[in-house]
Amino acid sequence: MTADSPSPDGAASTAEPSTAEPSTGDATATDGATDRAAPLSDVPPHSAEFLATVAARELAGRRRVFAGVGLPTLAVDLARRTVDPGVELVYESGVVGAHPEAMAEGIADSVLVSGAEAMLSMDALFGYVLQGGHVDVGFLGAAQVDRIGNINTSVIGDWQRPEVRLPGSGGASDIIASAREIVVVLRRHDPHALPAEVDFCTSPSPARARRREGFHQPAGAGVTTVITPLGILRRPDRYGELELAAVHPGVTVAEATGDVGWDLRVRADVAETPRPRAEDVRLLREEIDTVRLYLR
Amino acid sequence: MSGSKVTTLREAVTEHVRDGMTVALEGFGHLIPFAAGHEIIRQRRRDLTVCRMTPDILTDQLLVAGCVSRLVASFFASGSAGSLYEIRRRVEHHDPAPLETEEYSHYGMYCRYEAGAKRLPFQPLLSYVGSDLPELNPRIRAVESPYGEGKVYVVPPLNPDVTVVHAQRADASGNTQLWGITGAQAPAAYAASAVIVTVEEVVAPEVVRADPNRTLIPAHAVDAVVEVPGGAHPSYAQGCYDRDSAFYREWTPISRDREAALAWIDEWIHGTADHAAYLAELGQARWEGLRVAPAPSGSVSYGRRKE
Repeated sequence: MTADSPSPDGAASTAEPSTAEPSTGDATATDGATDRAAPLSDVPPHSAEFLATVAARELAGRRRVFAGVGLPTLAVDLARRTVDPGVELVYESGVVGAHPEAMAEGIADSVLVSGAEAMLSMDALFGYVLQGGHVDVGFLGAAQVDRIGNINTSVIGDWQRPEVRLPGSGGASDIIASAREIVVVLRRHDPHALPAEVDFCTSPSPARARRREGFHQPAGAGVTTVITPLGILRRPDRYGELELAAVHPGVTVAEATGDVGWDLRVRADVAETPRPRAEDVRLLREEIDTVRLYLR
Repeated sequence: MSGSKVTTLREAVTEHVRDGMTVALEGFGHLIPFAAGHEIIRQRRRDLTVCRMTPDILTDQLLVAGCVSRLVASFFASGSAGSLYEIRRRVEHHDPAPLETEEYSHYGMYCRYEAGAKRLPFQPLLSYVGSDLPELNPRIRAVESPYGEGKVYVVPPLNPDVTVVHAQRADASGNTQLWGITGAQAPAAYAASAVIVTVEEVVAPEVVRADPNRTLIPAHAVDAVVEVPGGAHPSYAQGCYDRDSAFYREWTPISRDREAALAWIDEWIHGTADHAAYLAELGQARWEGLRVAPAPSGSVSYGRRKE
C-alpha cells in the first residue's frame, strides 16, 4: 500500500468541473440542458438547504461515499436524486448500497437496511471496505477544522475538564485514515470553527500524521474540501493548507477571509458558488426531509 | 445440544451482573438491550464499567441511576437526537461526580472486542496516526511491524465479565439469530465470561436450523436466554418495530435537567415491576405507531440429500 495515492491534486481539481450547475444562469446556455434554465432559489447561504445542495454537488462523479450523521445524510440523498444517481452510499453501521424509502434519521436507521444491496458486519465494513481502500469520499461533520485540515470532534477547551464535551471520534478517525478524501460541512464560519490549530485533534491530516516518525502512513489524502456558510475552502495538495476557493452569493472575499483563525489564502481563481436550483430546495423540503429533522 | 437456558430477566441479571463488574451492552443503534439495562437499574447495581460503542440513551439512564463509575466507548452522543446531558454533566462539570472514560474510535473499540474474542494480546489498525486520541488514552499504543512497514497503533483486548445483547430470536439453548445492523454483538459475546441474550421471541430449534446462516451467536457462547418482546425500545428491532424517535427527542430535555432525569428513572424504571409493565405504561397506541409493515426476505434453499 502506498501512502501517496490517490493524488489529492486530482481529487481536488476534478471536484470543480463536476459541479453540476453553472455559476450563473446567464453563462454559456449552449448545450440546451434544462438545468441551465432552471429557476434558482434564494435560500440564504447559511441555510441547511444551501449547504446540502453545495455538498451534494461535491459528490458528483464519486463512486462510493461514506456518509456521517446530519447534513451529509441530506446531501447524499439529494445527490442521488440530482447530480449522480450512481453514488453508492456506505454507512458505518455496515450498510452498503443503501436505497432508503424514507429519510434516514441517523446512520443506524432501519430504512437504510431495508432494500440495501448488502448488510455487512462492522468488521467487514471498517476492515475490508474502508481500511481496504474502497471508499472514495468520507463525508463528515465537525466542530472545528484547522489550517491544515485536522478535525476536532472531541472537546473544546481543556481535555480533562472541557468547556464542551463533543461526541468524540465515532468512525471519523478511522475514516480519515483510509478514505481517499474527506469533505467536511461546517455550520459556522468563524475563528472558533476554523482555528489555526484545533483544541484537540480527533482526526488528523496527512501533514500531522507525517510528524509521527516511523509510522505506517495513512493512505487517505485527508480533508480536501470544507463547505461553510460563507464559502468553500480547499487544500491544494496532501500537505498543503486550506485556501478560499469560492464564496457564496452575497459574501465578499474579505468577509470570508476575515473571520478565520489564520491568514487564509485566496485562490487566484476564486469563484462564486452557484445558487441551488428551486428544484433542489423543493426536493430537500418536500421529498427528503419532510419532518424537518435537519432543515430547521 | 445443550438444555434450556430460558430464564427471567430478573434472574439473569441477579445471577450474572454483580456490582463492580465490566458489562458490555452492545447494539449499534439497533437492538440496544434497553430492557436488560433497565433491569440492571431496578436491581440497583453499582460501580459498573459499561462498554458500548455508542453509549446512547441507555448509558445516560444507567448513569443517572447511579449504576456506572466507568465508561468505555467510541461516541458520546445519541446520533441525530443530540447530546446525552448526564454524560456531559459528569465530564464537563463533574456533577454529581466525575466519570472515568476510556475513549476509542468505532473501529478501535470493535477491534478491542475482536482481540478479546480471539484471546489475542492486541489488535492492530491503521487509525490514529497523528491523532491526539493515543495521548488521551494511553491504552492505545504502537508496535513496530515485524514485517518492516513501520509502526502501527494497537488496542488491547476487551473481555467483559458479562455481555448483554438483544436479538430478534433464539432457541431455548441459546442459538441466537439477528439480522439488520449486527454491530459488535458477536465479538462482544465471544469476548465475555458470561452472555445474556434477550430476544423478541424464543423459537423452536427447527426454526433456527432451517436458516443456520442467520445464527450469529451459537448456543455454546450463551448462558441465559430471556424472552422480552419490545426489549429494545426505544431503539428498534429490524422487521419487528421501529425506533421510537419521538422518545429520543423527548430524552434531550429530560436529561438536560438532572431532577427531571431522576424523576423519569423513578417513574419508568423503579415504578414498573418489569419490562412488560414498562410497555403497558407506554400504552398500546404508542406501540402500534412503531409497528412496521412486513418486508420478508424471500427464502433460500439449503437443500438436502435425496433419500
